[in-house]
Amino acid sequence: MEHSAPPFFKTGPTPLARLLIFAALSLTLLVADARFNYLNPLRQLAAVIIYPLQRIASAPASIARRVGDFFVTHSSMRGENARLAEENFSNAAALQQLKALQAENAQLRALIAARERLELKVIGAEVLYAARDPFSRKIIVDKGLQNDITPGRAVVDDRGVVGQVTRVYPWLSEVTLITDKGQFVPVQNLRNGLRAVLAGTGNDGVLELRFIPLNADFQNGDRLVTSGIDGVYPPGLPVAQVSQVERNAAQLFARITCTPLAGVASHTKVLIVAGQREAPPRPAEEQKPARPKKPRKG
Amino acid sequence: MADARAAPQEILLPVKPGFIVLTLIAALLLNLLPWSGYGLWVKPDFVALVVLYWCIEQPRKIGFVAAWLLGLFMDVADGTLFGQHALAYTILAYAGIVLHRRVRMFSVTPQVLHVIPLLLLNDLIVIAIRGLAGADFPGFQYFIGSFVAGALWAPLGVLLKLPQRPKPDPYHV
Repeated sequence: MEHSAPPFFKTGPTPLARLLIFAALSLTLLVADARFNYLNPLRQLAAVIIYPLQRIASAPASIARRVGDFFVTHSSMRGENARLAEENFSNAAALQQLKALQAENAQLRALIAARERLELKVIGAEVLYAARDPFSRKIIVDKGLQNDITPGRAVVDDRGVVGQVTRVYPWLSEVTLITDKGQFVPVQNLRNGLRAVLAGTGNDGVLELRFIPLNADFQNGDRLVTSGIDGVYPPGLPVAQVSQVERNAAQLFARITCTPLAGVASHTKVLIVAGQREAPPRPAEEQKPARPKKPRKG
Repeated sequence: MADARAAPQEILLPVKPGFIVLTLIAALLLNLLPWSGYGLWVKPDFVALVVLYWCIEQPRKIGFVAAWLLGLFMDVADGTLFGQHALAYTILAYAGIVLHRRVRMFSVTPQVLHVIPLLLLNDLIVIAIRGLAGADFPGFQYFIGSFVAGALWAPLGVLLKLPQRPKPDPYHV
């Protein structure tokens, strides 16, 4: 058989030599990616090559979903229609109020010469798949550079913040969910305006408020919204609800666990927020406030 | 296992390089399916499995370049550190190529006992790299996929050998 060739045939370097070459190559890539971020062009190239495969692989699920949508029963459709009409009606009242409030707000802000808040522009995107990586919480969505997505955009669904765009490919982008370990969201307690930093834990449905003093006023059921002080997440988006507060006098900080409001692990459609306010330049020589870290690559 | 030695004696047609490429693309496609929830834990790494299969069966037709490139594609698809799967698949390919004569002496069941540790090694490399990059240990369910892959070894062998089986000769009496 052809694989048991005698050694006097020329077969190139030995397997061990090849292993060492390719292992060294991989390690170089690892270090270059983890430490220096040099490899974006290479990554983009590989992403373009496998893009058709990614689309093909996610096609069965989306086709199944569309077929399922098509065969909804008449009664469930009518029920949903009635519910939506009702919702629309109640929203309309709130919306009219909102218009008035916005106008008033604009006037007041003009009076105090505050920066105008940008209106949020959103781009709808479909979730192609969740990254097959139990170490991190990421999803891949079907909008990318072609749709002017840039890294750092906030991603929301109809209930709250889902995560943040961390990598952008030509037609896809990668969203790190707020539950990812190492993903931080600056938040504010809606009830009393206390600011804090919300950290992902790596588990679905569990978030944690870090470094909150024992006597801070956080209670079960408090709603947390983005504070917008980071310039990444626009202010006022709902993020999470406090689910458990543990105050142990032996420890320096309270243990506050929260659950995300958005269906972080379970959606097929998300919105990518486009309009963001540019953060003012940072003061040079001051104590830096807790600043949301960009998630580590990887 | 009476026919343990008999099975490999069957004379197969040479495998077409196009078929190897096709199976590798199919494995990549299977890996890219939108797995979620428990499926994610149970899901074997099809690319690792197929790379290992071809490295054991046809160590001269496939090698480090293919394993390495597939690893890079998996890294991009998963959004992980660049080179992580590439390193793991390279070492897997090396193990497959070095052990191929030994593994092919055995029948399917002992072969699986070789394959599972190799796939676990593949997982361990990935975990080690993630650990160095600062990730937590994901829990022991991370290894389930490799055992599922071991269970798939026998059907995979039958499936991938199909195009190599000689066609029955109509003039043969």
